[in-house]
Amino acid sequence: MQQQARSRSQHTGLLRRVFALIDRRLALILPAPAVIVIALLMGYPFVYTLMLSVQRVDVTLTRFSFVGAANLVKVLLEDDRFRNAVWVTLYFSVASLLLELALAMIMALVLNRTFRGLSVIRTLFLLPLVATPTATSVIWLIMMEPSIGILNYFLELLRLPPSLWVASPTTVIPSLVWINAWHGVPFVMLILLAGLRSLPREPFEAARIDGASKLQEFVQITLPLLKPAIVVAMLFRAIDTLKVFDVIWIMTRGGPGRKSETLHVYSYLTAFEFYELGYGSAVILVFMGIILVISIVLIRLRQRAWL
Amino acid sequence: MTTARRVQDALFWALLTVLLALFLFIFFWMFVSSFKPNLLITSDPPVWFFKPTLEHYVEVFRQNPFVKYLLNSLIIAITSVGLSLVIGLPAAYSIAKHKQTSLALALLVVRMLPGITFLVPLFIVYKRFGLLDTYSGVVITHILTVLPLIMWVMIGFFEDVPSELLDAALIDGCSQLGTMIRIMIPLSLPGITAVAILSFISSWNNFIFVLILGGSKTMTLPLAVYGFLAYGQVNWGALCAAAAVVTVPVLLLALVVQRYLAGGLTMGAIKG
Repeated sequence: MQQQARSRSQHTGLLRRVFALIDRRLALILPAPAVIVIALLMGYPFVYTLMLSVQRVDVTLTRFSFVGAANLVKVLLEDDRFRNAVWVTLYFSVASLLLELALAMIMALVLNRTFRGLSVIRTLFLLPLVATPTATSVIWLIMMEPSIGILNYFLELLRLPPSLWVASPTTVIPSLVWINAWHGVPFVMLILLAGLRSLPREPFEAARIDGASKLQEFVQITLPLLKPAIVVAMLFRAIDTLKVFDVIWIMTRGGPGRKSETLHVYSYLTAFEFYELGYGSAVILVFMGIILVISIVLIRLRQRAWL
Repeated sequence: MTTARRVQDALFWALLTVLLALFLFIFFWMFVSSFKPNLLITSDPPVWFFKPTLEHYVEVFRQNPFVKYLLNSLIIAITSVGLSLVIGLPAAYSIAKHKQTSLALALLVVRMLPGITFLVPLFIVYKRFGLLDTYSGVVITHILTVLPLIMWVMIGFFEDVPSELLDAALIDGCSQLGTMIRIMIPLSLPGITAVAILSFISSWNNFIFVLILGGSKTMTLPLAVYGFLAYGQVNWGALCAAAAVVTVPVLLLALVVQRYLAGGLTMGAIKG
């Protein structure tokens, strides 16, 4: 490279100077394309969304009229459907995170040993993470069919009453929580497993000498030492869970009776089903605000957990 | 001592079996149902043994342009991952090497926002410029999710390359750009493979962008499966076959590259 540049520079001193300039300004030049792309594709739409949120947009997208803060005020103060979406999102997210943490912890503890076939089994557990949510949602829907679905058949085998799964207002969120957890547990498990593998041995040896039980060992040593890994896993899963759309849209479209209408589903409905692009932008803006606030809180938590 | 050990082992395998069943049964059921004759598919109690049939796969591919959907998915995923790698790798290298933390933070924020936050303006702009239902329009939106993912994971990998190696190359007279291309990229090849596959999967699985900005011309596999559910009469066998066609490539990819996959998945989270 150097030699090529040198031979070339004999012909054109200019080219050489250009190369040198590029090399010196590399810290600016290398990230530039990515920064430009992200700014164009995200910054511009963001500003556009801000502008749309203070307008009323006609269905044909031809008439835009200025309404000021009316849209935002309506979203925040008068929209019962929005409030419902906030609660549904909260219920869905908190339940998902708790279930994922509990399941992933059990799995990580089970897999935290060496045995033949460990890597095969770990890979098998990763499959839900990469499986296409659209396709798996369809299969879950078939399995959760109330009259002839296989899940109710299993319940029957266990002498348990059948469930309506996503068709009933009371079980719809728990069912969706399970499906979301099914997708997310492998990720949490991977991070917890990596955390468990890197724990120091001394505290455990000391505890064993002091005659601590397995449970005490787990609660008083493992959990506190794992806290950073737990916080990180939960941070990423919280963000992903707030963003869930495919699964809910395919399985329930927010039903029955808006019982699973999360903020994401409601945003989609207002903008792209009711075609209220102005009001929809206001809803999306508030949704975005909520995600950002939660993310910042979580990032702060994470920084503290790391200290 | 040995009996206690044996009990413990038995418990371990029992628990592992239960967990595996809990997480993998759905795949098993998807494949079984996709090969099950229509008469048996809705029988209650379920039939476990039957003569497998290919009729559902034939239906999926004969009555729908599923090959075209498959190609669409491939074209969109490969193009968006390729372009994102070209612009994302240098940026990630620069952020890792020059400790451009404000850029990294901006990236994290971008990663957190759901796609729908950009979709209303993009929809209006696309409509005005005739980009709805075009490959370039869809690829652009896929870059929105793929590029931040690639950069985020690669920053972690690049930080792991010992800086002594880079300094040595610089002292030997290699240019900055040369250092990146000749030292950093080859050393991070496992990471790049992992992140390329991860982002391919994320693009392949994407649903909402094509739902809103795509159409019959750019229909991808996830949308096609959704179409089966929404518009056709509910035909479980064909639905399962279609779902299998979408899922199998991703599952195979995950199994083939499993060595890199776990690293790629956790890298972005554990570091940084």
